[in-house]
Amino acid sequence: MTPLFSVRDLRKTYGGRIGCTDVSFDLYPGEVMGIVGESGSGKSTLLNCLAGHLAPDAGQVFYDTRHSGMLDTLRMAEPERRMLGRTDWAFVHQNARDGLRMSVSAGGNVGERLMAVGARHYGQIRAAATDWLGRVEIDAGRIDDRPSAFSGGMQQRLQIARNLVTGPRLVFMDEPTGGLDVSVQARLLDLLRGLVRDMGLSAIIVTHDLAVVRLLADRLMVMKGGHVVESGLTDQVLDDPQHGYTQLLVSSVLQA
Amino acid sequence: MKAMIEIEAVAKQFCLHNQGGAVIPVLSGAELSVKPGECVALTGSSGAGKSTLMRMIYGNYVTQSGRILIGGLDVARAEPREILALRRQVLGYVSQFLRVVPRVPTRDVVAEPLLALGVPADEARARAEALLERLRIPQRLWQLSPTTFSGGEQQRVNIARGFVHPYPALLLDEPTASLDPVNRETVLCLIDEAKARGAAIVGIFHDAPARARVADREIDVGRFTPGWAA
Repeated sequence: MTPLFSVRDLRKTYGGRIGCTDVSFDLYPGEVMGIVGESGSGKSTLLNCLAGHLAPDAGQVFYDTRHSGMLDTLRMAEPERRMLGRTDWAFVHQNARDGLRMSVSAGGNVGERLMAVGARHYGQIRAAATDWLGRVEIDAGRIDDRPSAFSGGMQQRLQIARNLVTGPRLVFMDEPTGGLDVSVQARLLDLLRGLVRDMGLSAIIVTHDLAVVRLLADRLMVMKGGHVVESGLTDQVLDDPQHGYTQLLVSSVLQA
Repeated sequence: MKAMIEIEAVAKQFCLHNQGGAVIPVLSGAELSVKPGECVALTGSSGAGKSTLMRMIYGNYVTQSGRILIGGLDVARAEPREILALRRQVLGYVSQFLRVVPRVPTRDVVAEPLLALGVPADEARARAEALLERLRIPQRLWQLSPTTFSGGEQQRVNIARGFVHPYPALLLDEPTASLDPVNRETVLCLIDEAKARGAAIVGIFHDAPARARVADREIDVGRFTPGWAA
């Protein structure tokens, strides 16, 4: 099997400060990788470099494109990379407001992404939007409401629907359950797990919540000071951490 | 017959970086071989490393040296995705703890290993229900999350998850610990049936009569305690 996504020696600095450095990994189809670390460890910088939102200083980010195989997305032409961002890739922001258009209806938010890839038939777009609202457990009767009238958990689910409607193969998520209360988190996690399994998605999830990665991620990368200090199978890294920092991270979790 | 689970020259130590870098050697020179249809019980006093060895076989703990071959894959060196594929298809594990997403119904918790293998949802649920029934989890509980169940009920849900797919290799950590005699008997029958279909089983049983009944051999893990013998 060939990797879907392959990163080599990625480096991003802010002046003299290291954002992230020496990051290399392969992500295979259907794999979910978690990136954990404290605030300032470089995990969000890394995610933004991977998704093409930030330009790294050095390194390669290869993606197995549908039409011409492995390409370095950092050396792609801008329109091509944008197309990737609208079709094969998806990005779920921590704050749903950053990933939604708050002045457009829920159905419009989902339909817009379809229109961006060429859908024009109103009935079909609305039907797809209704279907996706159902999949993320939003009542079809809310299709014409604006997301500003939704709760935080509903907004996050709407953002996921908007992202997944184009059938992406790779999803980037930045703290997808951050800021939600625990009961809503559990619902979202269950939903994400089901979608990842049923759609065969690959995903990279940045979070500081170890319980989230235990339930969602197949494997884990632990970051500190911009470096990857440990990586491996999720339950192995959490239950038998090898690096001092990971041991500290795991033992610092408060037991509810 | 070729061994399904083969452990060679395995060593394990824990290094606690935040507690003065304390190094705790747990196992050295561990050897074990389990053939299809065979059940081997790990014995030894508390702290001898039974659970550690079992977790190493599952790939849950890092193996620093030696080889742990399961159906030909060396778990000690395998990539995460290889271990996950092994766990999906080949290697089952009944742990003492149930870890689930809170709102998932019991029936789906049990069916999940089958869904991950691509078994159609209807069939997966039917097989899950049959096992839950056999393990006497009342039907009215199937729609509820097992998080609020009693200890014995949670353990039976765990057992159902571990037996819903006919894994060729199976790890059982205290499968009869908190069960009443009737359910204990059902679990022992499930183990006998797994052996009869050719599963290689490694178990930890504090329940001595249960161990005597299902285990073909016992391995005292204390033999592998560093600095103890040899």
